[in-house]
Amino acid sequence: MHSFGYRANALLTFAVTILALMCAMASLSDNFNSPTPSALVQVLNINWFQKQPNGNDEVSMTLNISADLQSLFTWNTKQVFVFLAAEYETPKNSLNQISLWDGIIPSKEHAKFWIHTSNKYRFIDQGSNLRGKEYNLTMHWHVMPKTGKMFADKIVMPGYRLPVEYR
Amino acid sequence: MGWIGETVDSIKSLQIRQVLTQAVSLGMIVTSALIIWKALMCITGSESPVVVVLSGSMEPGFKRGDILFLHMSKDPIRAGEIVVFNVDGREIPIVHRVIKVHEREDTGEVDVLTKGDNNYGDDRLLYAHGQLWLQRHHIMGRAVGFLPYVGWVTIIMTEKPIIKYILIGALGLLVITSKD
Repeated sequence: MHSFGYRANALLTFAVTILALMCAMASLSDNFNSPTPSALVQVLNINWFQKQPNGNDEVSMTLNISADLQSLFTWNTKQVFVFLAAEYETPKNSLNQISLWDGIIPSKEHAKFWIHTSNKYRFIDQGSNLRGKEYNLTMHWHVMPKTGKMFADKIVMPGYRLPVEYR
Repeated sequence: MGWIGETVDSIKSLQIRQVLTQAVSLGMIVTSALIIWKALMCITGSESPVVVVLSGSMEPGFKRGDILFLHMSKDPIRAGEIVVFNVDGREIPIVHRVIKVHEREDTGEVDVLTKGDNNYGDDRLLYAHGQLWLQRHHIMGRAVGFLPYVGWVTIIMTEKPIIKYILIGALGLLVITSKD
């Protein structure tokens, strides 16, 4: 009844239960955090804007992104994945989301940043609908915890417009 | 040697009734594991509710050996979500992040492009030859939760099968010889 095997088993079961409970509590504690992030994006320049030989519009732009995501970090946060997406509607597609830039924020110290960049991923439409197109720039973030549930949210910045002519 | 002798003795001294009880309890363990797995499948709507990360393409977010919990709801797929997808001609599913989404106005079908956080380029090189986009039917689920390190158990067992057999053998012996 009180053999080595039984004691080892009981100890292991207890340890795993406590560990699982602590992980669950760490994940639940994230709910008490109510973040207030802010973001500001400027389109500084349209570098070029043209129709590809296959008929799809492509645009290259220079962006100025500044954001303060420090309030997203809690003690259970491993990293925050942040990306900026262009979102717009076309007659064929009810939603187009194109990631223009992304980054990994490893710690709270790096969560207030300012970056000047051209788009990291190609901004290509499915078709030729981008001339004069109005679009939103949306800052999305995904909080990756040390353990438990992942969180995501976004800030939508409406009212950007592409040029009417190719250049 | 004494331990082995005792074990042999206890196997010899088994009664029919005891053997049956052991068989039933072993069956209960196996079936309850199966019930839990199938219940998870029903709740999450994903054909494999838990996956183990096998590559470093999502580092530093997900490392090799981490466990992901999947959920497959009717919600549309959006950029930024981490999805698990199957590519035709590849056996092992891939866990990567969605970077582009195009959703049709009329049918609601989606074209999705993915990329690993730690990879330089997008996933078109991983897709089947000539495939530009993933469709809904390629996607098995989206990651909603995360548990570090636990997946190492399965990685070790698949890469060193001998450990699996030793473990199963030891557990089996324990079940057979335990008296209560």
